[in-house]
Amino acid sequence: MATSEIVHAHAAPQGFIRKYIFSLDHKVIGIQYFFLALTAVWVGMILSLLMRIHMIWPDANLPFVGHIQPETYLSILTMHGTIMVFFVLTTAPQGGFGNYFLPIQIGAPDMAFPVLNMLSFWTTFVAFVVILAAFFVTGGAPLHGWTGYPPLSAMQSTGPGEGLGADLWITSIAIFCAASLMGALNFITTTLDLRAKGMSMFRMPLTVWSWFITAILGLLAFGVLLSAGILLLMDRNLGTSFYVPLVVVNGQIMGHKGGSPLLWQHLFWFFGHPEVYIAILPGMGVASQLLSTFSRKPIFGYKAMVYAMLAIGFLGFMVWGHHMFMSGMSPYSAFAFSILTMGIGVPSAIKTFNWLGTIWGGRVRFHSPMLFAVGFVSLFVSGGLSGPFLAQPTLDIPLHDTAFVVGHFHLIMGVAAIFGIFAATYYWVPKMFGRMMNETLGRIHFWFTLIGTYAIFMPMHYLGMAGQPRRYSQFTEVAYLQHLIPLNRFITYCAIITIAAQLVFVINLFWTIFKGPKASDNPWEATTLEWTTATPPPHDNFGGHTPVVHNGPYEYGVPGAARDYIMQNEPATSPNPAH
Amino acid sequence: MGLALLAVIWLITFVSTYFFIWHPWWLPTAASAAAAGIDRQFTFTYIVMGVVFVLAQCSLGLFVWKYRDRGSATPASYSHGNTTMEIAWTILTAVLFVGLNLMGRPIWAAERFQPAGDGALPVEVTGMQFAWYFRYAGPDGKFGLTNPKLMDPSAGSEAAIGLDTSDPAAKDDVVTGTMVLPVNRQVDLTLRAVDVIHSFFVPNMRFKQDAVPGLAIKMHFTPTQIGDYEIACAELCGLGHYKMHGMVKVVSPEDFDKWLAAREAEKQ
Repeated sequence: MATSEIVHAHAAPQGFIRKYIFSLDHKVIGIQYFFLALTAVWVGMILSLLMRIHMIWPDANLPFVGHIQPETYLSILTMHGTIMVFFVLTTAPQGGFGNYFLPIQIGAPDMAFPVLNMLSFWTTFVAFVVILAAFFVTGGAPLHGWTGYPPLSAMQSTGPGEGLGADLWITSIAIFCAASLMGALNFITTTLDLRAKGMSMFRMPLTVWSWFITAILGLLAFGVLLSAGILLLMDRNLGTSFYVPLVVVNGQIMGHKGGSPLLWQHLFWFFGHPEVYIAILPGMGVASQLLSTFSRKPIFGYKAMVYAMLAIGFLGFMVWGHHMFMSGMSPYSAFAFSILTMGIGVPSAIKTFNWLGTIWGGRVRFHSPMLFAVGFVSLFVSGGLSGPFLAQPTLDIPLHDTAFVVGHFHLIMGVAAIFGIFAATYYWVPKMFGRMMNETLGRIHFWFTLIGTYAIFMPMHYLGMAGQPRRYSQFTEVAYLQHLIPLNRFITYCAIITIAAQLVFVINLFWTIFKGPKASDNPWEATTLEWTTATPPPHDNFGGHTPVVHNGPYEYGVPGAARDYIMQNEPATSPNPAH
Repeated sequence: MGLALLAVIWLITFVSTYFFIWHPWWLPTAASAAAAGIDRQFTFTYIVMGVVFVLAQCSLGLFVWKYRDRGSATPASYSHGNTTMEIAWTILTAVLFVGLNLMGRPIWAAERFQPAGDGALPVEVTGMQFAWYFRYAGPDGKFGLTNPKLMDPSAGSEAAIGLDTSDPAAKDDVVTGTMVLPVNRQVDLTLRAVDVIHSFFVPNMRFKQDAVPGLAIKMHFTPTQIGDYEIACAELCGLGHYKMHGMVKVVSPEDFDKWLAAREAEKQ
């Protein structure tokens, strides 16, 4: 470990292109990922706005997009899901903040493989360009949803957008998988090999643990999706039949035989379920970090938190079948998947109890990052508790593929994960850009977003109980959906307000980057290594030396200490050095 | 700020809970034999999760307010946790979640492990973009052959599912666009799809099952109330997904026999 900086440190680059475009510096790459995700989230959010508007005013003539057809609605839905899951929820917390802060938090000068790191960002960028291109080709973007179930996704004639648009969609995902595999390898190697002296695994901040476990999940999950995607591309273009049996589309017999539509679902969800943990684990890490810092207390049950994340990651690979209770899969395996899924609720509950235990007896400081961390816990609870409904095959009979599912996963892997990203942004922007974000704007943003997202997604549970299916572009054709239209209208109004409130965040962010008041090296009085170095950190992170770690990551309120926190590199012995 | 957080988190909790308890939006009226068990399991899960939801959110709101920084010099309590508590809540949640799962198991088993009983009415359901067709075997009790080469969706009914009229067993098969069922008799379903995946969702029957190309999925349910019930497709199947709609018409056994006889007569 101690010798690693000799191998990995590289000289500070000269020239604009090497410094800001094709940079090898993990900090620059982290910022690049962050802005890629910021761009993507606006695309995804505008798409969701169009969907909400179309659902309740299906005949509206909108500026720029005109009159949205049902098939356009489905294209928008597909792109919203794909862009949000891959280019926002996977990219921002891991690629963005993970890239920037994992090396610094473990006391490393850079990632283990800087060139691979640069490649993985630019590969992700290419994937993003390719998926956006799907909007502009003949037939437009695919309409098969982000899950892309064949046969719908496997043949051109199943609908508009299933031509070149669908090829670009699956190509983009395949490229993204390759990029994520590169990133995952880098994160794992860096965590294992580049820790500074004294940074034992159990002294790593929980953020580092969360990025590390997320990287392991990514390594095991994205490879499967990549293979599945290549098979789908072959079915589409080379006449193979992995996923398509003999089918008759619109009276025409297609040239496929013997394939299994369920094979895709197994492969997709083998990736897809770990993917939700890829999206949420970094948020858990950030929430833990911030709750401890702003409560001025050590995290409650550090090791339990680590084991809970490991358990979630491990079990996360064995529960994919709970997406398939209604698919025609064996009802016996449904029961096995169900009990494993209920099992994953246990480590999730442990984490929640420990977050509450961290606040208990603390001295809570309400800076914007903390507000979002508390919001994260609240949303994690709300989104998590609808899980045990959907994990029971019996209850999937009424609830599967209804708005209940949409409400569930948006609260937990959508909004809770986004709150993790917001918390991380408010917390780390001072370190990344050297300037403090505006507290008042941060608070306005927080209140609108917390109340707004609850107002959007909580009612979706009611809609789902009443039987409103997912992915309906309008509710005009089914009589029992009529009485749900007022509630849908309410959700749309809330969505418009909440999305508008996100402008406050963007204004705050850019104002801060250019004009914000200068940040000190450790504005939050936090303990982890990124706060021991200059703001923003120098090219090699620690200005020519490697930190030596003496303490655990959450030494707040230590009795007898000079102040209420002891930084990780302070030689003063902690009363509990194991942590 | 602590008080504001407490107020808003509690408010969100109570407003959400209010609508869950008052439930102006709830499961649709139940009209099948399985519904009672499913609804009971749903309600039980609902109460348990509701209690946990209120307790967790209220504690969160209370703690952030109660333990807000009041500017006093005494530091926060220094504690790294409590192993006994960790073990206690691990066991508690494990028992709760696994218990819920085991409670629901008999209902699932009755619905999906057992085949349809004797005397069930065989009906074949076929989904295609964007319509449902229902086939009754007729007096011979046997479904005739279908042939993909003969499928003509624009012609509807028998031609849509490619019924092979040269097969003697197919002669008396009745294919309709509305599912007519006798009340209180089990339906022995075979679900098929010809093009993409569809999902046969009848909310009032608490019935949902995907229809998958290449598979013939056997299912059953028993309607218990006379009336008209809507079918909504619950698996994204293309641009007409939102209008892939159908009806289940549950009638008395006599009316059902009359209806089927009339359809047989039309065929001759």
